[in-house]
Amino acid sequence: MTHPSRETWLWLIHRGSAVAMLPFVAGHLILMMLTVRSGLSAADILGRTQGSVSLVAYYGFFVLFVSVHAALGLRTELAEKLGWRGNRLDLAAATMGLLLLATGGRAVWAVYSVSA
Amino acid sequence: MGRLQRFGLIGAPSAQLVAQRAARLQRHSGLALAVFLPLHFWLLAQSLKGSGALDYALAWTRPAPVRLAEVVLVSALAFHVAGGIRLMLIEFFACHEFQKNLFVISCGFATAAGLLFALNDF
Amino acid sequence: MLDVAVWRGTTEGSFEHFDVPRSDSQTVLDVVTYIQRHLDTTLAYRFSCRVGVCGSCAMKVNGVARWTCRTHVSSVAGDGHLEIAPLDHLPRLRDLVCDMTPFFEKWTRAGGAFVPFEPPETTVKRGFAAIDPLSQKRLEAEAGIECIGCGVCYSECDTVGRLPEYLGPAALNRAWTLTNDERDGRGASRLRAVAGDAGCHSCHTQMSCSERCPKRLTPAASIAGLKRASALAALRGKL
Repeated sequence: MTHPSRETWLWLIHRGSAVAMLPFVAGHLILMMLTVRSGLSAADILGRTQGSVSLVAYYGFFVLFVSVHAALGLRTELAEKLGWRGNRLDLAAATMGLLLLATGGRAVWAVYSVSA
Repeated sequence: MGRLQRFGLIGAPSAQLVAQRAARLQRHSGLALAVFLPLHFWLLAQSLKGSGALDYALAWTRPAPVRLAEVVLVSALAFHVAGGIRLMLIEFFACHEFQKNLFVISCGFATAAGLLFALNDF
Repeated sequence: MLDVAVWRGTTEGSFEHFDVPRSDSQTVLDVVTYIQRHLDTTLAYRFSCRVGVCGSCAMKVNGVARWTCRTHVSSVAGDGHLEIAPLDHLPRLRDLVCDMTPFFEKWTRAGGAFVPFEPPETTVKRGFAAIDPLSQKRLEAEAGIECIGCGVCYSECDTVGRLPEYLGPAALNRAWTLTNDERDGRGASRLRAVAGDAGCHSCHTQMSCSERCPKRLTPAASIAGLKRASALAALRGKL
């Protein structure tokens, strides 16, 4: 039994990021129902997102929250399934979070910056 | 106890069975989404090579099995969100008594989201 | 006749079959006692009060942890078969007896001991602490106070299975009752004891503990209470 403060904060951040994501997920669900209707094409996607500051902010925050949330969820899974503990566990979780953040950030930048 | 009953398919499943199913589904849907996310991001990032590259990558998502997987992922996302709300209602507002109802609502929401997506997609 | 499969051995072992005659109002503990007295005197099992007060006769009956003294054969062996095994998640000493040491060690680790808020001399001088029986804290403590430490919830808890260091429902439930005890003085240090990497936040709310508790307590609700209390303490910088 170690790190009560850290574990409690991580739990709070996990739940907090979930609550923060609720409006984003709701928006994402609605948006994908609408956009998938016309079939997916690069022109459709990029036409919507390219140069749109509000959409890039929306997806940017979404990526940030989901990276944190997924990393913490996977951290629990690694601890229970593989028995990882301590620095190894935290490093693995941080790596996964940063990877998601980097690939997600790159994707957001891509649909923002590239013109159809 | 019969087989159908044990799996909660007939009769009233026990609170324990429901809560176990809910926790397992929450875990598995979350894992599926976490595995899917890098793929999702990679695909969108293809546009850095030009819109043609994105169109080429999008073509890979059009075969029926991939579309079916997308429907499952949409359901997983919907379930994970609704199930997460259920869990936080229990943890923060002590809604233990309603957990079975909340689980049914989560499943209904996930099914509805999946169906709606499928109807729009196919 | 009942066909009874009883676990023999320690971690290594197998089920041994016995034929036990049925009788009226027969409990599972009666069945085990019959085997030990009439069929095989080497069978090891544990019991004391036989009336659901001591909590020592808990075993797994047909896959579910129960008090054997308060489980009628008629309610679990409709088809005439019984399978009796020691509790899960605890070291098996012999046959149906498991070592409860890890279980109670976790009570200690979770701050299960009452630590008076005031030194005993003060209490003696001032008389009994006046606790409003209808206060929120008293009601919270009341809900969990009747635990007799039988280990049924610990055996049924999936999280203990996945995370062996996890403190478990009984120890956390005990910590929650003390957290709500106005006479108790451990405060935030107890929250620190229960909030570590195998503490209350590891609970996945699968609720087997609340569902299976023979006293109908709700450890899952107690654990949720500890999650909230420790999170609040963390937010206030007191954890």
